[in-house]
Formats: sequence, structure tokens, C-alpha cells
Amino acid sequence: MSWRARFGAIALPVGLALVAAIFLLVVVARTNPWDPLRLLVEGSIGWPPFEERSAGRLSDTIMVWVPLVLASAGLVVTFAAGMWNIGIEGQIILGAIAATWVAREMTGLSRPVLILATIVAGAIGGLLWGMLAGVLRTQGGVNEIFAGLGLDFVALGLTTYLIIGPWKRAGIASTSGTDVFEREAWLPAVGNLRLSPLAVGIALASVVGVYLLLRGTRFGLRLKAVGRNRQSAFLMGIPTNRYLLGSFAICGALAGIAGTVQATGFHHKLVPAVSGGYGFLAILVVLLAAFRAPWVAPIAFFFAMIAVGSTQLQLRLDLNSSLGGVLQGVLVLFTLLGLGWRGYRALRTTPAAGAEP
Amino acid sequence: MALELRDIHKHFGEVRANDGISLTVEAGTLHGLLGENGAGKSTLMKVLSGFHAADSGEVVLDGAPVRLASPDDAIAAGIGMLHQDPLVFLPFSVLDNFVLGAHAKGRLDRRQAAADLAELCERFGFDIPPDALARTLTVGERQQLEIVRLLWLGARVLILDEPTTGISESQRQKLFATLRTLAGDGMIVIFVSHKLEEVEQLCERVTVMRRGEVVGEAEMPVPAEQLVEMMFGQAVTAGDRPHVDLGAPRLELSDVRTGQGLLSGRPLSLTVREGEVLGLAGMEGSGQRTLLRICAGLEAPSSGRVVVGGADLTRKRYRGFLKAGVKYLPAGRLEEGLIAGLSITEHFVLASDERSFFVDWDAARNHARDRIGHYTIKGTDESPAEALSGGNQQRLLLAMLPPQLQVLLMEHPTRGLDIESADWVWEQLLERRSQGTAIVFASADLDELLRYADRIAVFFAGELLRIVDGPTATVDEIGLLMGGQVREAR
Amino acid sequence: MGGFFEAFLELFETTTAASIVAGAAPLLFAAIGETISEKAGVINLSLDGSMMLAALAGFVGAFETGSVWLGFPAAAAVGMAVALVVAFASIELRLNQVAVGFVLVLLCTELSVFLGASYVGRQPIGVSPLEIPLLSSIPFFGRVLFDHNLVVYAALASVLASYVFIYRTRKGLELQGVGERPEAAHARGVAVNRARYLYTAIGGALVGIAGAAFSLDVKLGWSDRPTRNLGWIALAIVIFGGWHPFRVAAGVFLFGALQAFALKLQPEFPNLTQVLPIIPFPAMILALVVVNWRSLVRWLDRYPALRAILRSDPPSAIGTHFEVD
Repeated sequence: MSWRARFGAIALPVGLALVAAIFLLVVVARTNPWDPLRLLVEGSIGWPPFEERSAGRLSDTIMVWVPLVLASAGLVVTFAAGMWNIGIEGQIILGAIAATWVAREMTGLSRPVLILATIVAGAIGGLLWGMLAGVLRTQGGVNEIFAGLGLDFVALGLTTYLIIGPWKRAGIASTSGTDVFEREAWLPAVGNLRLSPLAVGIALASVVGVYLLLRGTRFGLRLKAVGRNRQSAFLMGIPTNRYLLGSFAICGALAGIAGTVQATGFHHKLVPAVSGGYGFLAILVVLLAAFRAPWVAPIAFFFAMIAVGSTQLQLRLDLNSSLGGVLQGVLVLFTLLGLGWRGYRALRTTPAAGAEP
Repeated sequence: MALELRDIHKHFGEVRANDGISLTVEAGTLHGLLGENGAGKSTLMKVLSGFHAADSGEVVLDGAPVRLASPDDAIAAGIGMLHQDPLVFLPFSVLDNFVLGAHAKGRLDRRQAAADLAELCERFGFDIPPDALARTLTVGERQQLEIVRLLWLGARVLILDEPTTGISESQRQKLFATLRTLAGDGMIVIFVSHKLEEVEQLCERVTVMRRGEVVGEAEMPVPAEQLVEMMFGQAVTAGDRPHVDLGAPRLELSDVRTGQGLLSGRPLSLTVREGEVLGLAGMEGSGQRTLLRICAGLEAPSSGRVVVGGADLTRKRYRGFLKAGVKYLPAGRLEEGLIAGLSITEHFVLASDERSFFVDWDAARNHARDRIGHYTIKGTDESPAEALSGGNQQRLLLAMLPPQLQVLLMEHPTRGLDIESADWVWEQLLERRSQGTAIVFASADLDELLRYADRIAVFFAGELLRIVDGPTATVDEIGLLMGGQVREAR
Repeated sequence: MGGFFEAFLELFETTTAASIVAGAAPLLFAAIGETISEKAGVINLSLDGSMMLAALAGFVGAFETGSVWLGFPAAAAVGMAVALVVAFASIELRLNQVAVGFVLVLLCTELSVFLGASYVGRQPIGVSPLEIPLLSSIPFFGRVLFDHNLVVYAALASVLASYVFIYRTRKGLELQGVGERPEAAHARGVAVNRARYLYTAIGGALVGIAGAAFSLDVKLGWSDRPTRNLGWIALAIVIFGGWHPFRVAAGVFLFGALQAFALKLQPEFPNLTQVLPIIPFPAMILALVVVNWRSLVRWLDRYPALRAILRSDPPSAIGTHFEVD
């Protein structure tokens, strides 16, 4: 893609999304559009950006960014293998469940060991759930989209069952969540904020790791080969099914860690909607990042800003916070359509070469 | 009534599939259309049935020009086409298949349709129960279904594309009887085939096509040799062959056959020796690809043994064959060989047998540049595979081969390549051969087969028909064999 | 264990059975609509979002005009518009249907929340009951099937009508052909992509009506994300139901019965109602495994009777593009 085309690919959808948001604000909500848009920034990182009093919001934004980045990094791997891992929500949830189990049951451990154990358990939980979708795909021939979707709901049901069943709070069964974990199991955070440097470190490491994996390793190259042309890859001697499963395992593990962070770093307990919808949101992030790991971090941050900032709309302007979601959705939809439109133009303007005689 | 094609042109990109075709078919005749693969027969028939719009030219039926912009137009004009793989809906019943189509207007009256179907079947002696699912029908029965359907829609022109592939002898006889009846009723029947015997048996006139043009027309009967000459042109004299001593067997097939479909008949045995080049001839879909896939370990024969370099690999997986030094390069270079979106460097890394976890990209790029120079690939180390021309894709594929191979299996090694690239490809292959690799290649190009193959295995109707000696074979002999005629060469 | 059995029997009480039928209307409309577009080869994955947005449109249409019946065309139009985006992106731009559908789910959901914010808690409007004389006096079935309102009757009728259309008419055969083997349909003179636009639009309109059936009949009024997950459930039921209107309808009723069952058991097993909505999903996965798992398929092919019950193949060309040449 030429520089101009690439700029168009980003600027045009962003512009259109802004126009759509402004339209909604002016026509539907009948307000002036600038205050809400500024508030999106102010509510997530402060206005002017990064000023001191908004440390709490910035910390929250970062803690939304962490699971979003983890899930997105994982999805970059499954997308590289040509797989639509819609099951990512379930993988996050299973990570949270596994971490919760450790946090509840292994309270005797020393703090560093316990925290490490929650993270490892979360990774394993997500990995297994991811592998399940992968096995259904490679062995059972079940489309990974539908398998993943089904497993998402099974995971959701499982959380709900655990929260109102075996792990219910003493005395009352409520869907508001389990008891809060012992402080020992919380991810270590800065001061009174939720901000956990450890989680941020893991998130950054995941992006770098995935980038290196796909860019610098034989495994990554072969995975891309499988994703782009399974037939050729197979004929080259690459065990394609094993690589597909591998991609699900990696994505599941990263999603599982995201679930751990949600449970032990954000909510400090297991709640029914523990994934926060970040798995699905991560799919949008990766679509927008054109499946490239380095782009994932900034775009995820932008999405996290919208997610956190838009809650301020409700509080301060009595505007519905879903505006943020609308903005994200429009942005990705236009990006996709733009992608298709350019493909369409390319298809129409070059004569069909090499068609069968 | 007559069907006239006037100066039909149709090209795909650079390829002139039909280059000024003019042809007249009289009503009441069975008209044969002959030609080797890629001669343009199918394109012409697709133009006639509205699948492809011609670039220029005219189709005249009964003296009036007809517009054929879609299959819809063709059906309305009374032109019906029976495709080689009958276009029926497999999960649907025979009756549903019968009535489905835009030109069967009006209310869906299944009872009336069933009665019509029964009557048509009765007339031609077909036995296709209306409630049976199309999935359970044989290919021959699916054809019968299509024929009665087209007649029901009022077809006056019936085109049959290689209709005898995959059907039984009795079904073939029934089909021929039907076609004769229809021609007797004054219909126009165009029979596209490469089977000389069938054309001789059935057709009153034939038209022969080669490279997108009509190269001859004749009233039958015509000696088969003459038809073959028209189809393939004059033989080129084979160049000098370097003498290579054949060594130990590299690939041995004994009593191999498949469970169903191609190569399921007579068990097949053959041996290819070190330094030998075996060519596979035959019309597309006659079993060559299946043989190559069996040799590559991609398909397991239902019986028989596959031995490579003395090791029995029967029922081993594909990767076992790869390890044993068997490599298969299928026809689809970008579909089954290279990976669109990955660069030349990345292809070389994928092909290398290094095992380090990290890739040393600087070294890989240097290595790639080296190979690009050595194999004279027009492209840089960063060029993605899909940006390369066909010739350069083939060069890349050859450059990716491991240095030592027991057996190299290739499909259409030079299809679509310019002469320079084609010569280069064969230089490489002969070089491999002189190093002891046994080469098996399938080709539709008789010149290529005659020039390079030490022996030529000719396939016909899903079976290995005969293996002939390369240096003494002639175009006529191979052409006749490809048309299913086993005769002693002149 | 006695509780289980009693609760099971209670499902067959007239009032319980009737409530299952009454509550099934949205899922029926949505699943039938999706069946129609998938039969034509287009996966409209946007269901969960478009249904929500249509539910809002239905409520707003009825609320603003004061006529409950004007809500339905508004909802149908919204459902149709979203479905057409999927069809356009797939047919003209050759985008992945799943990708576009998925993005539309998230977008439509958020959009419904944003646009509907000012309608939360407004005076609900509902469809008035309409008992069908004579038919409703049939013992048991009369009360279960014929003592509802027009929406429920229309939902039941949509099952029957879609069956008749798909399997008993010429156009319906064409619809199946387009999703089964587009090149063969094309060879028979059927305009494949035009048919796909048409049936995706019709399917989308039914999904829209499903949304209105929810906000104007099942759970009156507008709240935040009222039809949450209902679209996904409908999608799962279409697969579980093997793309056949009757089996899909059976899936919907089975799901309704399970929910009612769980409700009866609530005193003994309070957790059940929370967990139950996921049941269609493992059922969907199971159905897909039965369709796709090669060794299982081969085994089933030996028992045609069992196969006919368990296995139903998806339209072969589902989710693909079709272009001549």
C-alpha cells in the first residue's frame, strides 16, 4: 500500500466516524458536539492530557487497556493463522475462573507465589478453552466462529453458576459476584489506584512477544503460511493442524491472563461479566490495526480511552455512555467497508489475468 | 433449422481462448467438436450457453441472431448445455431438480411435472425415480436427469461437454441411443469430446479446434490418424537426447488401485529408475493427477504397494514421503505451491530445513539474493510470490526444492510459460535427472512429452492405457492413445 | 428427584404451554428470518445487534405514533437495512460476511442504547389479545395455540409460510438452489445475487419484526439492551434446527420449555434459570459436530433413519461469494 493509500485507509474512517458521532450528538442528542468529545479525553486521561488530578482515571484507562491489549495480541496470532477466534470472550472468562480458583483455594502461599500462581492458572484456563475451540475446528470440522461463540456462552453460564452456586457469598446468592479476594491475591498496585505495573508489564511484553513471534521466528512464519494458504503450507510439509491448535493455545493463554487481570487486578472478585466484553472489543481493535501487533497497543489505548471516557458523558453531561461504543463500531465498519471498496476498485480496474482458457 | 456461429472472439487477459470461430451446425445432425486441452472448446460452448459473453461475433439460430448474455437468454433461445459435471443440486430430489429453473414458469405443479418427467424417461428408457435424492444417482443418471430437464424446457440445441467421463458402458450406449433419437427428431446435438472412438461412432460431422481456432472440418468417417493430426498439428522432431544410464529403481508401484473413481479399475504397476524421466499423457482428468498424488503420499491406494528408494511407504503419511525424498509440485503454482503475501525470502526460509527457533533474517536475505541470482528469478528478496510472473513462480518453486531428491513429481512443468522459461525449467529438471533423481511429470503438451520423456504413460478414461517408449513414440501414436485407440503405430 | 418429574409434567399444563408459545414469538421470527437468508447462502451474523436496534425502532414507532401496529414496519425496515449492509458488503465488496456481521452486532447494540436512552421507562405499548373463536375452544390446543394475539399468530404462521415457500414453491426451490450450488442456479437462469439480496432483505425484515415482537409484546417498553443474547440464541437454534423451519421452530419451543422447566424448579435449584440460556449453544456445537465430524458422519451414513434425525447439512454455498467467470 502506498503512503497515501495507507493514510486514506486510516484518516477516512476516522473522519467518517467523527462525522457520525457529531451527527448523533447534534441531531439526536441535540447538544453541541465539542464538549462531549473533549470530555471523552478528559474523562480518560485528563484535560489537558495527563494532568495530575486525573491520575485515577488514567489508571483506570490503563487497566482497561491491559486486558484489551492482551486479548488483541492473542488475536493477532489467531488471525495470522487465518482463524476467527470469536471464542476469545470465553477464554478470558475461563482465565478469570481459573485465577479465582487459585485465589480462593491457595491462600496459604506467599504473596509473590500466589500472584504468579493466579497468572499461570489463568493462562492455563484460557489455553484449554482456546484449545477446545481449536480441537473442534481441526478434529471435528466445526467452524471456529460458531464453536467459539458457543463456548463463550458456556463459559458465561459456568461463571454464573459458580457465582450463585459453589462460590456464592456467605449467606446470600447474588449475581453481583463472589466474595472479594484476600488482599494477598490482588495484583500489586500503585498506591490506592488500580494501576498495576506488573499487569502493564505483562501487556507490553505480550505485544512485543507476539511481534517477535510473528516477525522473527520460524514458528511465526510457518503460522502465517498456514493462515494465508493452508494447502500450500501443507504441501510444504508444515503440520497445519498442529499450527492452528498452537495459535489457539497462544491466544487462549494471553486471553486467560487478561481474565486474571480482570479478576485479581480490577474487580478483585469473580463477577458474571468478568470479561468486560474486551474480547469482542479486541476483535475490533485488531481489525482496525490491520492484524499488526505494533499497532495494537496505540489503538487499544484509544479504545480504552473511549471506553473509560464515555462513562463521564453519563455523569457530567447526562449523555448516554454508549456513544463511545457507537464511535468504535462506526470506525471499524467504515474501515472494513473501505478495505472492501479498494479491493473492489482494484478488481474492476485490472483485467482478469490468468483466467482459465 | 441451423445453428451458425460467426467469427466468435473471446479472450481472457492475454489468452485468446476463441480467435474468430465460425461454424455451422445443421439441424438433425450429431456434430462432434474435437480438440486437445486448452483448444478453446469449452470456452466456445460456454459462450453458446450464455455463461461467458463473447467479445465479438454473432450466434444465429434459424436465420435470426440471438443475444446470449446469460444462461437465461440461452435457455430462452432453446439452447441447453449439459456440463461435464452435471449441474444438479445434490441434496434435492430428482423431481425438485427437474422443476428448478427460471424458465419453468407458472405455479409449481409437482404432479404435472412428475407426469412429464415420467413420460420423458419412458421415451428414452431412463430409470430415475422422481423421489430419489440426486446425491444417490450415478453421474450417468444425473446426466439423464439433465437431458430430460433441458428437453422439458424446450431445448432445440443440446450441447454435451465430455459426457462420457465417469459413466458406465451401458449408460454410454443409452446416452448414444438417446442422442441419435434426438438428432433424428431434428434437434441440433453438439458433442464435445476427445474420445476418437466415440466421435467416430456417433457423429456425422466433426469440427476440430486447436489454439482457439477451427483447424478443420470433415464429414465422418475420417481416419482417426487424420483427426489426430488436425488436433495436435505436425510432430516436431525430437532433439538429441543425452544418454543417461538408468540406475536402481527409485519409485515402484505394484498393483496399485484406488477404491473408486479414477484408477479404480485395473491394478497399476510401474517402476521409475534413477535418472529416468517418465511422462504422463492423457486428457485432463484421466487419472494422471491421481497417480501423482498416490506417488506423493497425498492419497492412499486401496490396495497395492508404493516403494520409494527401496523403502515401503504404503499408507505412510504425506510427510513420511517428504522425508523419504519425494517432492510434488502441482499445477496450481500460487494455489498449491507458493503462498501469496509472503516474500521470496520468506519462501526460502520456509523451504529450508534449519531448525533454529529464531530466523536470522539478514542471512536469509543474503541467501535469497544468492538464489535469486542463481536461478535468474526476476524479482527481489522482498517481492511477494503473487507479484512474480508464472515463469518466475516456477523458478522459485524449483529453487525451493531440497538439493537431494529421490523422486520429483510435477504437473504441467511449463504450462503458461514463455519459451525461455520453459527451456530453463527443463535444463533444471535434466540437471536433477543427471544427479539421479527420478522425474515423473504430467503434461498436456505432446511436444514436451515427446522431447523429454524416456517413457510415456498414456491415460485414458481413468486408467493407465499403455506405456510407450519416448524416443520412438510419435504424436499420432500418443494422440490416438489419448483418444482411447490402441493401435499399432504406423 | 420427584421435583424434576413434577416440574416436567407441569410443562404440559395448559397455562404453562400457552406461555411458552406466547413467549416464543421473537425467537421464532428471528430464527425463521435467519433460516431464510442462510438458505440463500448469506450468513447474517448481525442478528443480536439488528434485533436490538429493531426492537427500539418498533417501540419508538409505536410510541411516537400511538399505534402499536406502526411499530412493526419501522422495526422491519431497520432489520432489513442492516441485513442489506451485510449483503452489499458480501456481494459487491466481497468482504467476509462474518466480519461485517460481527461488527454490526456491536455497532447496532451500542446504537440502540444511545438512541434509546430517552425512551427508557416510557409508557409501554402492547399488542392487544385476540382470541380466535371456535379454534380456541379445542381442548388444550385451543388455549395453547389460539388464545394469544396477532403477533403470536403471525410468528406461528411465519413458520408454516416459510416452510411452504421454501419447499413447496418454485421460487422457494430457487432460493434453496442459490444457497446450495449457485453456479447450477445460474445455469438455470436464476439471478443468483439478486436472489441473495432479496432473501437477505426478507430475512432481515423478519429479524426486525422479531425485535418489535419483543418490545411490543413479550417485554413491553424499552430498557437497556432488552434483547441481549436473543440474537445469538436464534443463530444457534438455526444451526441446531438444521436450516429447516419446522425443526428450527421445534428448537425454539424446546428452548422455551427448558426455560419454563427451570422456572418451575427454581425453588429447589435456584441456579438453574441463570445457567439455562446457554443450553442452545452446546446443542449447536453438538449439531455441528454431527454434521462435520468425518468418522461420525461415515458411521451415521450407515443408519439412514438415525441420520435423518440427527443430521442435516448446511446449505453448501453458505457464506461464499458468487460471481460469473
